[in-house]
Amino acid sequence: MQTHYIWQYIPLVLQILVALAMAGGMVAASFFIGKHKRTKVKLGAYECGMDPVGDARGRFSVKFYMVAMLFILFDVEAVFIMPWAVIYRQLHTITGQRLFGFWEMVVYLGFVAVGLFYVWKKGILDWTNTSSRGDL
Amino acid sequence: MSTNLLALLPELVLTITGVLVMVLEPVIPAGKSRKPLGWLAILGSLLSGLAAFYQLQIVNAQGTLTAFYSTIQIDPFSIFFHLLIAAVVLVTLLGSLDYFESPITHAGEYFALVLFGAVGMMFMTSSVELLMVFIGLEISSISTYILAGFRKGRATASESSIKYFLLGSFATAFFLYGVALIYGATGSTSIGPIAAGLAITRTPTMAILAVAMVLIGLGFKVSAAPFHVWTPDVYQGAPAPVVGLMSTAPKAAAFAVLLRFLFNGTPMLHGHWILLIEILAVASMCLGNLGALKQHDVKRLLAYSSIAHAGYLLVAFTGTHQNAVAGACFYTATYAAMNVGAFLVLSQLSGFSERIRSIEDFTGLALKRPGMSALLGFFLLSLIGIPFTGGFFGKFYVFSGALQNGHVWLGIVGLANSGVACFYYLRLLAAIYSRPTSDSVAYIPVRKVTAPAAVALAATALATLGLGILPNKLVHLVERATPTTTAAVAVQPTQQ
Amino acid sequence: MTPLNLFLLLSALLFSIGLAGALTRRNAILVLIGIELMLNAANINLIAFWRFGPNPEALTGVMFAIFSISVAAAEAAVGLAIILAVYRHNKTTNLNQIDTLKG
Repeated sequence: MQTHYIWQYIPLVLQILVALAMAGGMVAASFFIGKHKRTKVKLGAYECGMDPVGDARGRFSVKFYMVAMLFILFDVEAVFIMPWAVIYRQLHTITGQRLFGFWEMVVYLGFVAVGLFYVWKKGILDWTNTSSRGDL
Repeated sequence: MSTNLLALLPELVLTITGVLVMVLEPVIPAGKSRKPLGWLAILGSLLSGLAAFYQLQIVNAQGTLTAFYSTIQIDPFSIFFHLLIAAVVLVTLLGSLDYFESPITHAGEYFALVLFGAVGMMFMTSSVELLMVFIGLEISSISTYILAGFRKGRATASESSIKYFLLGSFATAFFLYGVALIYGATGSTSIGPIAAGLAITRTPTMAILAVAMVLIGLGFKVSAAPFHVWTPDVYQGAPAPVVGLMSTAPKAAAFAVLLRFLFNGTPMLHGHWILLIEILAVASMCLGNLGALKQHDVKRLLAYSSIAHAGYLLVAFTGTHQNAVAGACFYTATYAAMNVGAFLVLSQLSGFSERIRSIEDFTGLALKRPGMSALLGFFLLSLIGIPFTGGFFGKFYVFSGALQNGHVWLGIVGLANSGVACFYYLRLLAAIYSRPTSDSVAYIPVRKVTAPAAVALAATALATLGLGILPNKLVHLVERATPTTTAAVAVQPTQQ
Repeated sequence: MTPLNLFLLLSALLFSIGLAGALTRRNAILVLIGIELMLNAANINLIAFWRFGPNPEALTGVMFAIFSISVAAAEAAVGLAIILAVYRHNKTTNLNQIDTLKG
């Protein structure tokens, strides 16, 4: 029997519902059954957390922004490797040379490496150095 | 050498020197002079100009070169712009070698960014694929955003930079959306297939909208009114040599893209875009010249003048294809010579700190700096369009092209605007040659003009003069520069 | 309505929202977000035209979108750096208060 394809998702929906019921039920059960003793240790941050200090809207060091911006750049540079990898096996028939595609990518990654070298030498990756030359 | 590498030779040379400068910059210890990097950059731009010249010899012998699956086309048109951009960059670098008063640590970045920007501009002129045009546009734009804010210690610098950045990326979004629409209407993003696709498209309205959006995007880049609002602020806050560069080279590249896109890509829609071009031209001429009348800051005044000159250049587009290309090429060359020259004089006069800014500061300058004043006066006369200067023949070509094609009223508006323009140029000139008021020139420090800057000034002055006396040399080059649409059925590299 | 039209409608709406944001917002970062929306509207168009176009074997639209995404990222990084520089001088990113340049 040919049914609408959307019915194939019924097991998935069921699983999600069961999972939600389990998680919600456990929290609710412990809330109703357990005893509530609020001690300082219990209300503190759990295990690897740290005690919250100060305002959440405080100012971050500008280094966070620098690292975030550099992350965006190097992250997006990887996007060009993907189409290259998809087509790599056919590249030699398109270009007519066996290793042309390989050297193209070496040149590209060389430019990325030059950028990384520049950032490193400018001291922006050096987190501890407060008087870094790579100020904005 | 393979055709691919030969077609990219000028860009390749610039990229390699730019990367070298960038890598050497952090290696040189802080506090040391960055001048050797400047010389390296100068060598690079010189070699890149020679490479473009070499390409010209090849193209003369073998005809147009295409490379990278017909995305790059090397014809006399692109070589003309390559030579122009290399020359502007060379002169700018020579003029800014001694611009930094103290050896600041990031002067090397300045030279590298100028070179990278030039790579982008060259890509824009030689590419016949809008994807490459887009990448070139962004390379040149991002470099100039940073260069505009290069006088870091000052609030005006970062303000100039952010205004340029926000409005520039705004324009980029329009350009990209226009390209996406033209891809939808014609199924391609190459100039040749776009022209072929427009003939059989089922959605001509979308194509017209696309052309309008591309025009908006590039109109921002060439600072044509009504997309000019950023220009005065950015030019006022940016360093003077950078303004000389970014008011000429990226604009020349954007005009090259417009010429290729409109005349080779969308000739079918000529009747539609010619109207938009006329509106842009008249608005730029009028708003630019009227806006300049009430300016006191000399850089702002020249910014409005640059808007007006973008208007004159757009008038060239109303001619026939050949006249338009010849007129626009000649005008960009003369405008580059005189405007880079004028801003070089400004940078030599007021230095990195730019202490003399307003017309009042220039009062009586001729007594203290006679040579510089004479040069500035010469460039101003050329900007007006006085005979025996390059500016005269530039205007002559542009307006005669428009008149020949029947756009009489456009010619009249243009000539009237040239008359208005006399007022503000002559106001500055009169201030320079008038008796100094008690405190105007007294505190102007006399900066020594160093040898590289003198060479740069002499080169721009000679180019302006030469184009005014012997325009024939360039006219022969530009009149055969009209690009043809080769590769009308360009092979798309089918993948998979 | 064909799927292509729906995608074009979505992208036109996104472009208009971005345009409105870029023109009306006074905070430099929000203006930048508006511009990014406009760029991504163009990317949706490119992908939609590629998918529903006559020649999906040539990956023109996809390649254009990939390049424009990476270029937009580079632009955003430079823009945020410029905004930081402005903030250092003016202690604000409100564009109405950054007005030392005038004629």
